[in-house]
Amino acid sequence: MLLIRCPYCNAERPEVEFVYAGEAHIVRPVDPSQTDDDQWRDHLYVRNNARGLHFERWRHIHGCARFFNALRDTVSDKFVTTYKAGLPRPRIEDIKESM
Amino acid sequence: MTKAHRIVGRGRIDASRPVHFTFNGVEYQGYRGDTLASALMANGVHLVGRSFKYHRPRGILGAGSEEPNALVGVTHGQGRFEPNTRATMLEIYPGLATRSQNHWPSLKWDVGAINDALYMLFSAGFYYKTFMWPKAFWTKVYEPFIRRAAGLGTAPFEPDPDSYASRFAHCDILVVGGGPAGIAAALAAGRAGAKVILVDEHADLGGSLLSETDATIAGLTGQQWLDEALAALADLPNVTLLSRTTAIGYYHENFVGLCERITDHLEHSSVGTPRERLWKVRAGQVVLAQGSIERPLVFDGNDRPGVMLAGAARTYLNRYGVTVGERAVVVTSHDSAWLAAFDMAKAGVKVEAIVDLRSDPSVDLQERARVLGIQILVGWTVTGTRGRLRIKSVRVCPVDLGGDAHILSCDVLLMCGGWTPSLHLFSHSMGKLRWDESEQRFLPGDHVEASRTVGAGNGSFGLAAALAEGDQAGAAAARELGYDSAPATYQVNGEFALSGRYFNELPTDRNPGKAKAFVDFQNDVTAKDIRLAVREGFRSIEHVKRYTTNGMATDQGKTSNMNGLAIAADAVGRPMPEVGLTTFRPPYTPTTFGAFAGYARNGLFEVTRKTPIDQWAESEGAIFEPVSLWRRAWYFPKAGETMHAAVARECAAVRSSIGMFDASTLGKIEVVGPDAAEFMNRLYTNPWTKLAPGRCKYGLLLGEDGFIRDDGVIGRLAQDRFHVTTTTGGAARVLNMMEDYLQTEWPDLKVWLTSTTEQWAVIALNGPNSRKLLEPLVEGIDLSDEQLPHMAVAEGSICGIPTRLFRVSFTGERGYEVNVPARYGRAVWETLYESGQEYGIVAYGTETMHVLRAEKGYIIIGQDTDGTLTPNDAGLGWTIGKTKPDFVGKRSLARPDMLKDDRKQLVGLLTSDPTVILEEGAQIVFDPDQPIPMRMVGHVTSSYWSESLGRSIALAVIEAGSRRIGEVVHIPMPDRTHAAVISQTVFFDPQNSRINA
Ligand SMILES: [Zn+2]
Repeated sequence: MLLIRCPYCNAERPEVEFVYAGEAHIVRPVDPSQTDDDQWRDHLYVRNNARGLHFERWRHIHGCARFFNALRDTVSDKFVTTYKAGLPRPRIEDIKESM
Repeated sequence: MTKAHRIVGRGRIDASRPVHFTFNGVEYQGYRGDTLASALMANGVHLVGRSFKYHRPRGILGAGSEEPNALVGVTHGQGRFEPNTRATMLEIYPGLATRSQNHWPSLKWDVGAINDALYMLFSAGFYYKTFMWPKAFWTKVYEPFIRRAAGLGTAPFEPDPDSYASRFAHCDILVVGGGPAGIAAALAAGRAGAKVILVDEHADLGGSLLSETDATIAGLTGQQWLDEALAALADLPNVTLLSRTTAIGYYHENFVGLCERITDHLEHSSVGTPRERLWKVRAGQVVLAQGSIERPLVFDGNDRPGVMLAGAARTYLNRYGVTVGERAVVVTSHDSAWLAAFDMAKAGVKVEAIVDLRSDPSVDLQERARVLGIQILVGWTVTGTRGRLRIKSVRVCPVDLGGDAHILSCDVLLMCGGWTPSLHLFSHSMGKLRWDESEQRFLPGDHVEASRTVGAGNGSFGLAAALAEGDQAGAAAARELGYDSAPATYQVNGEFALSGRYFNELPTDRNPGKAKAFVDFQNDVTAKDIRLAVREGFRSIEHVKRYTTNGMATDQGKTSNMNGLAIAADAVGRPMPEVGLTTFRPPYTPTTFGAFAGYARNGLFEVTRKTPIDQWAESEGAIFEPVSLWRRAWYFPKAGETMHAAVARECAAVRSSIGMFDASTLGKIEVVGPDAAEFMNRLYTNPWTKLAPGRCKYGLLLGEDGFIRDDGVIGRLAQDRFHVTTTTGGAARVLNMMEDYLQTEWPDLKVWLTSTTEQWAVIALNGPNSRKLLEPLVEGIDLSDEQLPHMAVAEGSICGIPTRLFRVSFTGERGYEVNVPARYGRAVWETLYESGQEYGIVAYGTETMHVLRAEKGYIIIGQDTDGTLTPNDAGLGWTIGKTKPDFVGKRSLARPDMLKDDRKQLVGLLTSDPTVILEEGAQIVFDPDQPIPMRMVGHVTSSYWSESLGRSIALAVIEAGSRRIGEVVHIPMPDRTHAAVISQTVFFDPQNSRINA
């Protein structure tokens, strides 16, 4: 069972307190009516499904109930970092340097 | 007979406590401290079961949890039958009843043994080849056969009467394995002050020390040192010792599951004592000291009762005082079996010969054997065994096949093919294995978790190495956690440096094609099966495993995986590391479902949610149905009344006078804040800006994909406050979706969301007399149709209790929903029920609610919709705010697929025979005479008897249904095909005149 750091609670808690919520940084278009069918299809359905580092959303459902973002390695399963919703995607190079 | 195989005073059994137990109905005597295996062999019993596929007689192979053969059924008292228990791990106690498995009519004479003669039929892949055709044989012949053969023992059929516990634990250092390496690690870490848990799967901690006879540690015998070390550990308050506890799985971030067996070894346990406890341990550091598992040798007849692992025989002798036979032959490719032979000989067992496959075993060992008068056959091999239910002789010849074969008489054949480091938990932790070319074995590679592997599991064979590595690892782990630790030194004397070689199938001068040389004893897989699989094209070890079933039995191949891999690699012609080892998966040994379930049984497994009015319904004799986690009153039968009659009566009461319904399970979310209306506009299809406070609206919620997700009446209580209701099952999903959009897409909106589902009890009153009933009980609300029209909400009080009173209807009749704080729900309900007697009020359940709403064509999300219906498909296009620039799902409604004119649409169905009630889920076709498979154009979603209409009604989704009103469709059922006419969805009172009646 993974340990996950909630960036709002600033505490490391076991995985059972959290739920996965899909890929991160998929921004809903400000005006969806301006998207063409292909763009909208991509927004709805097309996902990275990365092998390796993956930006994804989690929710501290049995804690503070906040949605947040994470960088996680889908091979080792482990979290590299977590950060608050709305913050920009961290640069992987920066994280690797600090690791 | 007992005495002949027991050396009283030797080993760690308690000779002062005899224990009587039964095996296959025969009573035997052992001692406290015996396992079933040691006690049976003390009584001269080796034959303990029949093999899985060929029903060959089988004996006890090992002395530990790796045992593949000696699986028995155990009865621990009434309702406590357990199949497939390893006799080598089962501790005996007075009255223990055990029996062998997989034979009929008896263990010694078994009809299924005919399979052994049909050997060729059952070779590798026999399932795939044999059960192909004819198709008609599947249900009658093949499936029963496979099902019967698919397990060894018989599953118990009574509910498990035992309780199981579970707990979390946190420690600095978890040490897995209580042999010398694990004990040294625990001592080092414990003395440094770290919080340590040391676990071992056996009844006693000690591992190899329990059967060590040669070496001394600091001048003490192995067992003396063990006793002192365990006493020292027990004195450390920061150290927890857990015996009879198996580390079953190693998960992320040093999370390890332990299964502690608490009562299985006890004759009596006090009431309430759990049988097992699952420990969920989070450790700062883990030390794996799992040791190694002895490898069998692969030769013709290596499965005969009496053929066993040499190390196991040594364990039985030194730990249990049991001589496994009177006349032993030893065959080995590793030095360790020589030590077993020496101990046996010194204990008075006639050791006929030591057959060593190697040409150059240590001169020192040979000299010692000579001193003990043991015949040495160096560079010899075993080519066969004889004896029906117990080995009688073994055939040996030189490895180079250049000399005559000898026949050696024996009653046990002790074999050793080397030792396999136990890498299971390391592998669970996603650690990659490393191939040790010089020793031809896999070892742990880099550790992924904060862990270390020590001792034989790390390839460091021998007592001195185990103690030194364990000490270093325990100290290093403690240091990493900030503890000061000093290294200990353990002076070990008298230890042999042991080495060995690995062989595939042993060389033989006979036809190898006829050899029954077993690799996997439990699944009856032979070396020939593995070579056949490779010949048939299987190259990956994972495929070979699945095709032959090698390593797939309950022992997970602990004694067979490496032999299987070596033979497969040889057949493929590639090095072993390239062919690869199969994946180790938790649990390490078979674990009861009870242990995993723990406390989570019955009501603690899945809660039953009950409304404040539930107990009233129960006392009124309601029949309940589950709706998500809720239990809801389904209908309220009077004495002797059928469901049909009860529902007809309840429906009639609502339509003619008044009915009351517990709607408390409705999901409720309070949406509050200055941007509440904007939030609702963006989320729901409907426009909310112009909805005046005090008014309600039917709200429809889509997913971003445009499909209907939820619905419910939503009241606006104030400019900045909405009372949102959701479906009973959808409450949590809707709140999650609201939170998601609010937190991540529109964090600028000032809105707060609160789940209020359980804060309000909701009493629905429906029928022409509902207003009359309410009027004398309500204060502060004008109930006139002018002040409180249909789709209005007001706050006031009822029976003196504050209420939010909704004027809404899910039946088509005049309707009210009385929301009161949950704790007053039952009191208000009872008052309304009593006052309503004047009008003949009837309590109705969910079935009547369903019928009444279907008569009006009101949909139920999840019943009439299935995640593929758009608002237009469901006839709910009118809910969409045409002038709104956007809402969740709006863009998707303009996708080309959503605009197709042959989409399935919700319609009504009236069967040609009005007494026919269609089956919900039944498929619909246009042409009943088309060939099978027919083209299905839709399905029935709801179907009821309508008492009001005196006929059946149904809702359905049908391709382009809304354009086909009046057309006839067909519903083919097994007995006959029904015809029905497509209709509008509103069957009753289409003018909606009754809403104000
Ligand atoms: Zn949190």
